[in-house]
Amino acid sequence: MKLSLGPILFYWPRQQVEDFYREAHNSPADIIYLGETVCPKRRELRAQEWLELAAPLAEAGKQVVLSTLALIESRADLSTLRKLCDNSGCLMEANDMAAVELLSERGLPFVAGPSINLYNSGSLRVLQRAGMMRWVMPVELNRHTLADILKEIRQLGLTGKIETEVFSHGHLPLAYSARCFTARARNLPKDDCRLSCLDYPDGLPLRTRDNQILFNLNGIQTQSGRVYDLLPAYREMAAMGVDVLRISPAAADTFTTLSRFDQVRAGATAPAQPLASDWQTEEACNGYWYGKPGMEILSEDG
Amino acid sequence: MELVCPAGSLPALKAAVNQGADAVYIGFRDATNARHFTGLNFNDRKALQALEYARQRDVRLFVAINTYPQPNNWREWQNAVDRAAELGADALIVADLGVLDYAHSNHPELNLHLSVQGSATNAAALTFYQKQFNIRRAVLPRVLSLAQVRQLATVSPVDLEVFGFGSLCIMAEGRCHLSSYVTAESPNTCGVCSPASAVRWQETSSGRESRLNGVLIDRFKAGENAGYPTLCKGRFNVDDNIYHALEEPTSLNTLELIPQLAEIGIKAVKIEGRQRSPAYVTQVVKVWRQALDHYLEAGAAFHPKREWFEVLARVSEGSQTTLGAYSRPWQ
Repeated sequence: MKLSLGPILFYWPRQQVEDFYREAHNSPADIIYLGETVCPKRRELRAQEWLELAAPLAEAGKQVVLSTLALIESRADLSTLRKLCDNSGCLMEANDMAAVELLSERGLPFVAGPSINLYNSGSLRVLQRAGMMRWVMPVELNRHTLADILKEIRQLGLTGKIETEVFSHGHLPLAYSARCFTARARNLPKDDCRLSCLDYPDGLPLRTRDNQILFNLNGIQTQSGRVYDLLPAYREMAAMGVDVLRISPAAADTFTTLSRFDQVRAGATAPAQPLASDWQTEEACNGYWYGKPGMEILSEDG
Repeated sequence: MELVCPAGSLPALKAAVNQGADAVYIGFRDATNARHFTGLNFNDRKALQALEYARQRDVRLFVAINTYPQPNNWREWQNAVDRAAELGADALIVADLGVLDYAHSNHPELNLHLSVQGSATNAAALTFYQKQFNIRRAVLPRVLSLAQVRQLATVSPVDLEVFGFGSLCIMAEGRCHLSSYVTAESPNTCGVCSPASAVRWQETSSGRESRLNGVLIDRFKAGENAGYPTLCKGRFNVDDNIYHALEEPTSLNTLELIPQLAEIGIKAVKIEGRQRSPAYVTQVVKVWRQALDHYLEAGAAFHPKREWFEVLARVSEGSQTTLGAYSRPWQ
């Protein structure tokens, strides 16, 4: 299976982004998703600057994919997206049906990101006809549904036409809102957010009143409080016919996580338990994979 | 503007029709719709009675088939589309691409509306659904400001329906997995959010606690109004502050926006609440009918009456209402 680095879901200063992708050059990642998917106000890098990051990565043999916004509300958002579709020159990830439409109108192939609702093979077929060449499974689906869908993909003769990617490590993107929860936490309106997200390179934890980490606030996006980790299910996913495993960037230890995945790919035994990070300061979860509440931790025997 | 009203049961449907709904929407008694609650919704016989009752009074009937099937239950959704077509529903409210494709290919005569669960918030997304499936109308997610709704209405390839009143989803509908993260059941997969089966109330020394699958959603002091533990409306701790970190218990109410919504060309206003009682439906539909009629007479001089707000506040979550995302400061 290939390993991908998902788009950076957080808002990092430009230098941090550049350093991150410099390190990615020599990483075991096969596919690298670039670009802003959460908030149109995050402009540390302009579109052109993202594309400048793409060139050296492509030269290093990585497949570069430009990801797009998940929630497109204004005419300005749509016009930015249209320009990206016209000029990117690389494969793109659609995270809203707007991007699906614009890429399909241009006859360009695309990846359907995790915020596109694809719960069955009938839906996959609609988007495959529109130009989709890879889909990222919605994070709330479980291994049985995935196995069923992969079986139907084979029955429909779409093997080789649709690649399947699974979000395999990181805080799960769970929801999108008009409201910015990071600005709200600072009593600021969204229109005057002062780019507060820059202060939370790994998001802002939301705890219950009895101190359990529940969610992770990331601007208008709400993520899982725990870090999803499917490395223990590596062999199972390979046997099912999954093509790509996505590691979602974290501020500190992404490349350590990536090499743990790479070692298992090279034959090392997969760990029995999910792991948030080598530092073990955060909690991990994997419930969705087993058809349970996403926040739970289960072992292979369920 | 058309008034589209919820009906979770035949008595609620009759209430909506009698109070002046232009259209009512229902769901079948299974997971194919986004209000899959015990004791709610319509079997085929009840659906036929509903249709007859509505038709005789010149009211249209829509059927919501707006959750997302998976391979193991795909046939149930396919079957729901066939049943709605056979029933002769005036429109199907659908979210899933596969279900839309099935409905459009097998029943081209069907009038398809894109459900709010389809999560289309812009002209390009609406164009996709219009070109692929010939949808005639879309229900907009509650994430757009009034200015954005206005922008969209001028270029939309299909008619637009917006939410006017009821429980407020603060996340883009169709793209919220918070409920399944905590309970394994979500609106997309199971037609429920924060399901009642996962709710536990506990009296403790620090107060009355509401939990959802064990997760503490809120804690109430004596005398505090303890609302249903919808997980986005609890009090949580962020940076050592305890507050409604996502949203307060409140309902959406856009009564005062009627003139603007009508003027920008919105085709229909939707009342949320198929899970609500016939008494609730009666009160809410009555107020909205009066308000829309008043707008037709008064036009620009429209001024919502205080008693309308009072009636609606009484039946709202936390007894308060908001304009939600329509109002920029809310965001």
